[in-house]
Amino acid sequence: MTVSAVSSPKSSAAASSPNRSRIQASLKRRRGAETRFRFYGIASVTIAIGFVLFLFGTILHDGVPAFWQPVVKVDVTFDPAVIKVEPKPVQQPDQSPAAFQRANLDWQRKVSLLNWNRIVENSVRAEAPDIQMTPRDIQAMISQNERYRLRNMFIENPDLLGKTVPVELLASANVDVWLKGDIDRSIASDRQQLPEAARTLADRFYEDGRIRMAFASVLFTNTDSRNAPAEAGLLGAFIGSLYMMIIVIVLAVPVGVASAIYLEEFAPKNRLTDLIEVNINNLAAVPSIVFGLLGAAVFINYFHLPLSAPLAGGLVLSLMTLPTVIIATRAALRAVPPSLRQAALGLGASRTQTVFHHVLPVTYPGILTATIIGVAQAIGETAPLLLIGMNAFVTSLPVSPLDQSTALPVQIFLWEGNENRNYFEPKTAAAIIILLTVMLALNAIAIVLRSRFERRA
Amino acid sequence: MNKLLLSTAVAAILLAGPASAQSRDTIQIAGSSTVLPFASIVAEEFGNAFPDFKAPVVGSGGTGGGLKQFCEGVGENTIDIANASRPIKKEEIEACKAKGVEKIQEVQFGFDGIVFATSSNQGDFKLQPVHVYKAIAAQVPVDGKMVANPYKNWKDIDASLPDQEINVAIPGSNHGTREVFQEKMIAPGCKEAKLPEMDKEAMTKACETFRQDVVVEISGDYTETLARLQANPSTVGVFGLSFYEQNRDTLKVADVSGVTPSLETVASGKYPVSRPLYFYVKGEHIGTIPGIKEYTEFFLSDAVTGSGGTLEGAGLIPMPDDKRAEALKAFEDGKTVAAK
Repeated sequence: MTVSAVSSPKSSAAASSPNRSRIQASLKRRRGAETRFRFYGIASVTIAIGFVLFLFGTILHDGVPAFWQPVVKVDVTFDPAVIKVEPKPVQQPDQSPAAFQRANLDWQRKVSLLNWNRIVENSVRAEAPDIQMTPRDIQAMISQNERYRLRNMFIENPDLLGKTVPVELLASANVDVWLKGDIDRSIASDRQQLPEAARTLADRFYEDGRIRMAFASVLFTNTDSRNAPAEAGLLGAFIGSLYMMIIVIVLAVPVGVASAIYLEEFAPKNRLTDLIEVNINNLAAVPSIVFGLLGAAVFINYFHLPLSAPLAGGLVLSLMTLPTVIIATRAALRAVPPSLRQAALGLGASRTQTVFHHVLPVTYPGILTATIIGVAQAIGETAPLLLIGMNAFVTSLPVSPLDQSTALPVQIFLWEGNENRNYFEPKTAAAIIILLTVMLALNAIAIVLRSRFERRA
Repeated sequence: MNKLLLSTAVAAILLAGPASAQSRDTIQIAGSSTVLPFASIVAEEFGNAFPDFKAPVVGSGGTGGGLKQFCEGVGENTIDIANASRPIKKEEIEACKAKGVEKIQEVQFGFDGIVFATSSNQGDFKLQPVHVYKAIAAQVPVDGKMVANPYKNWKDIDASLPDQEINVAIPGSNHGTREVFQEKMIAPGCKEAKLPEMDKEAMTKACETFRQDVVVEISGDYTETLARLQANPSTVGVFGLSFYEQNRDTLKVADVSGVTPSLETVASGKYPVSRPLYFYVKGEHIGTIPGIKEYTEFFLSDAVTGSGGTLEGAGLIPMPDDKRAEALKAFEDGKTVAAK
């Protein structure tokens, strides 16, 4: 604005007209440059937001339907002709608990060996007696592991023998694909994944409401499954990620903060500390796959930690997060005005007291943000985990960080490679949505905590 | 400060834990991506069927990668079983021995076909081994002389082939499928192409050198090959039959030597490009890691790998019953490959 005031001098006749036009030309140029720069800025922001929206849009579009999956309501008859087994053992007064336990296990094993497929088959057949179906057609319709659910129902409650109860069985992955139209429904029968009888039956059941779309709670309650893709879930991967997150927080944060405080507040400034500083900065720039190689060589081969265990994964991720925490904490410490330190020292506080009572509390928001960003980064890391065997197919839930497990991003990687593309593409997108939600939640916590600390400080 | 001490203490405990780690109670498997789906299904069923054992953990990495891990030594932090889509090589047995793995037990459990497939909207391929050889070899014989491969289009090789640019995605050398592809497709094709006289070494080289401009080597899984087909629709990809069976809606399969690949034609041996599938068990770990014996027996049981068993539903071509019984017996007798 001052520029325009100078350029319009009303009073002076001294301002010769060539001068004036030169100023005006330069002014125009500078204004033009400013407009252009603003335009570039807006354009880049628009492009960036456009990409993000496109990414989120496609993921949501693909993934949201996978949160619902078809369930088939059938009347299951626990037919005594198929379930030929003696009654469940009861504790006899003269029986030791161990003997009873053994009898009980024996009975359970016998129950497991029964043909539970037949039970599923008969129940579905009874719902549509007019359609000719082979046992394979029916097996293709109902998720493979549902027979174990029926088995477990029976083990829990042996009184079901001979009774008929309504049960909602999960439909198979291919029925899911067929009903959602994820496969081209018009292509020839021999190229369809589902046999013709099963397709007819699925359509009929869907129309008369015996198949309904239920919320896919398996995503949150089950571990991965190959045998029954419809029942594959993320719980195992989630627990694995959780263990690693805890290990990262427990290891990287205290070590990182302590080294940052020492380096910034106590360490003498000399060649050695300079060297350390340079190396920490270099460490932050090391690609994560290198940390994976290091982890495989050191933790697995030298320390003999178990393969595929979240403990090894957590240690590798801690190493990776450490430089981030150190650098951010040092930056936060450096931002504290020296007057604070001087005042504390002037009043007779020791250096330790100065740091821990006065300087450190001011930096809490910074350290916290660094921690959460570091952890979020670690949680989304895949490459180093592949090298320590975490890209394995694990069906059991890890009960400790020493048990084999996968992690959320690795599970996404594994599902992306599954051979049943039609089914796993949406399911992978659903897993991505869940991972993103976890990340966003972490970031939200960071923001909330930060603003709260800032207000206090 | 107290919190800091506390968390450091927790960290110390966490670190001290593995030093006194109990022995591993889960079978660890890695290897062939062709075998991976089958092994995973068996692992899952095994966990369900045997309440006293945990479900084995199954990793990928290709046959070569799996056997490399397998041969890293004996002990809890090495894998127990390597899945393979080709027999173990002599060099691999030696590498195993050098690290103390002496008891390598081979278990064959079925067959798989290798198919050539295009996107479903492409032309019909009726391939002969010689067509594939001529499409991908770096040098081909023209009028009795070796020249740089001139073919750009499949129809230049043979008029019966579709008018389609030559692009081929083959498995990388870490995959067992690659070996079978070379042995069953390229070797006969090379022979049929009637190369001019040359010594044996030069002949092998001429047969096995592929041109880089149209051939893409895929080191990942078949899904990567599939993605390649989607990105460039003129590509012909090499897949396992079981993968094709799961993706019949998007893939179209080529006939080889006049035979359409299917469960029946591979099982009967009519389809030429098929291979047995294996897994290798580390004999030293039997008895230390619980469940290896039971897993193998379960794998070879009628309900799993027999005809009409679980794995046939997933695309495995079962072995005849007597062969399966033989494999089981050899395993139970503790027969090792080194003794072969």
